[in-house]
Amino acid sequence: MAEYQNIFTQVQVRGPIEWGTDNEFNLAEERVGKPGFSSLFGWIGNAQLGPVYLGAYGVVSIACLILWFNIIGISMLAQVGWSIPEFLRQLFWLALEPPGPEYGLRMPPLNDGGWFIIAGFFFLVSLGAWFMRTYSLARQHKMGKHLAWAFLALVWLIAVLGLIRPVLMGSWSEAVPYGIFPHLDWTTAFSIRYGNLYYNPFHCLSIVFLYGSVLLFAMHGGTILAVTRFGGDRELEQIYDRGTATERAALFWRWTMGFNATMEGIHRWAWWFAVLTPITGGIGILLTGTVVDNWFIWAQEHNFAPLYDGSYGYADYGSYEAFIGQEN
Amino acid sequence: MFPKWFDDWNRKNPKDIYGPAILVGAVGGAIFVAAFLVTWGQPLATDSMQTGPRGTGMSVPEFKADLATPDPAIELILANEPLIPEPGEELAGDIYQNVQVLGGLTDANFNRLMAAMTEWVSPDQGCAYCHGDGGLETYGSDDLYTKVVARRMIQMTQNINENWDGHVNANKQVGVTCMTCHRGQNVPSNIWFKITPVNESVAGWAAVQNRATSISQSTSLPSDALEKYLLEYEQINVHDLESRVKNQPGDPLIQQTERTYSLMNYFSNSLGVNCVFCHNSRAFYDPGQVTPQWGTASLGIAMVQELNNDYLVPLQDVYPEHRLGPIYADAPKAACKTCHQGYQQPLQGTNVIADWPELATTSGTPVYE
Repeated sequence: MAEYQNIFTQVQVRGPIEWGTDNEFNLAEERVGKPGFSSLFGWIGNAQLGPVYLGAYGVVSIACLILWFNIIGISMLAQVGWSIPEFLRQLFWLALEPPGPEYGLRMPPLNDGGWFIIAGFFFLVSLGAWFMRTYSLARQHKMGKHLAWAFLALVWLIAVLGLIRPVLMGSWSEAVPYGIFPHLDWTTAFSIRYGNLYYNPFHCLSIVFLYGSVLLFAMHGGTILAVTRFGGDRELEQIYDRGTATERAALFWRWTMGFNATMEGIHRWAWWFAVLTPITGGIGILLTGTVVDNWFIWAQEHNFAPLYDGSYGYADYGSYEAFIGQEN
Repeated sequence: MFPKWFDDWNRKNPKDIYGPAILVGAVGGAIFVAAFLVTWGQPLATDSMQTGPRGTGMSVPEFKADLATPDPAIELILANEPLIPEPGEELAGDIYQNVQVLGGLTDANFNRLMAAMTEWVSPDQGCAYCHGDGGLETYGSDDLYTKVVARRMIQMTQNINENWDGHVNANKQVGVTCMTCHRGQNVPSNIWFKITPVNESVAGWAAVQNRATSISQSTSLPSDALEKYLLEYEQINVHDLESRVKNQPGDPLIQQTERTYSLMNYFSNSLGVNCVFCHNSRAFYDPGQVTPQWGTASLGIAMVQELNNDYLVPLQDVYPEHRLGPIYADAPKAACKTCHQGYQQPLQGTNVIADWPELATTSGTPVYE
């Protein structure tokens, strides 16, 4: 018998191509792409590839995302004088920067942030259309809208960074540059400029939910894999007809830490932790510069930035000469 | 590939050899590594210098191997005791023509310094690098740019030793000589030129950042930090010191923060230290949580601004073309790395001025002890 209970999926079950449901929304009619099988994809998920439902929202979203991506890429290429080798060499350093602070919320010249505004517009339209696509697909499948709302949480964080906060601050220069290293530089500079973001309670919350998501994901994934031999991977059946897999999984955690989630409730835990990560993060960023200008001083005012006893400077702890072994 | 009987035997006697092989390999490898670590010791052992209160994580780590190796440039410093002048000894200004700065030196000390400068700056070209090939009669001539620059550099060195004592001798007397920067080279290796804008087809902040350059220390931070802060006297300003106010006009923005970050990167790399050598990184701005080194470094910023504006940039027209910047033909400029060259204290805090009272004062009459 083939092994199925493993960390990686090993068995690829293949039948005829699965077309899924067709209902009053003409789902089947609008699906595109000739479906096929890929062993490679089968190693990490379902081996069947396609068909895809694009729809109007999908087309708009992808078109806008391609425009956004190409505006950034071509701007970067222009910045290195249209040299492909230099473009590849500097790719991680290059960026499409927001306009300078002197333009406020006006439309800047194209070469000083104008393209950034245009790219940002397409990015937001793309994200909005993708949200609509997620929502309408869920509606057509008569599903709950959980995935759409979860995606909206991400859009909230992106919109705070690139739209809402810059508008509240009165300047597009507050937006995040599009670039690999430059957006990381922006993140550090943002933290330092506002007196250390680690003292921002919403940043703390966001980290809690981010790391919590990781922990929950590992706990849930591990638990279900561990009870697949008892049918635990059929989670939906286990939800409405609790079997030995659920009993064992629940007992494991209850005996380990006194409490266990339910077969259904664990998914609420996971969903809320994931969704609250960008929601709380977005709130934290929205408050920065608009309400609080220096989080460290704010933390001191609220008595949670402790003072440390001891001197500053190495002279009180040893000498440079001793450190480099040149003490006479 | 293998004979048929071998394949047949294998087929009839299936055996999982990969599982045990991986296990034996992994365990064996671990034992091998552990044995090496135990017998030879940790190859990347570090030591760290505490720079702030316990609990703040303030320390500067270094590899022990690096700490065990002194700065190789220290060996270039040769002992050269000053010659105490006798009363009535003739002075260089009276013997030679056109001695504008060192005229108050005795002949012996004057020649001692000239010989040392040759070793520090032009060991290959010798005296002729500044004085030309015309023989002793033409040594007074200012025809060569090198001599004009050298004279100004002597004045600069004297100024640093006398007026920037707070920076240079912050920990103990070390001073600077030509050697501190030149290290036997005609032109010190860690000078800098203007290079911004670095990007084409864009204006504003986008034009001066997002390129790996020597001045941005290969980051994507702005490449104009040295130019703005160490030449144009732009104020280093990052924070708002109110907890809750709206951004006021003139308050620093993220762009200024990034430029400062670029300068600070340059600082760290120049001195071979990290942020917490000077700052408590939880509150970079807080004057109550900086180390004394922060004060020394602040004086250094002011010193470099003066050196660039009063000494180095005005020599612009004296230099021949090949000594000027590759993009804007600007004069070479100094900053932290020009002297420090990767060490907290240049030449690891070796006292270079003790032998050279001539370079320690701008008065023209050195004090010998």
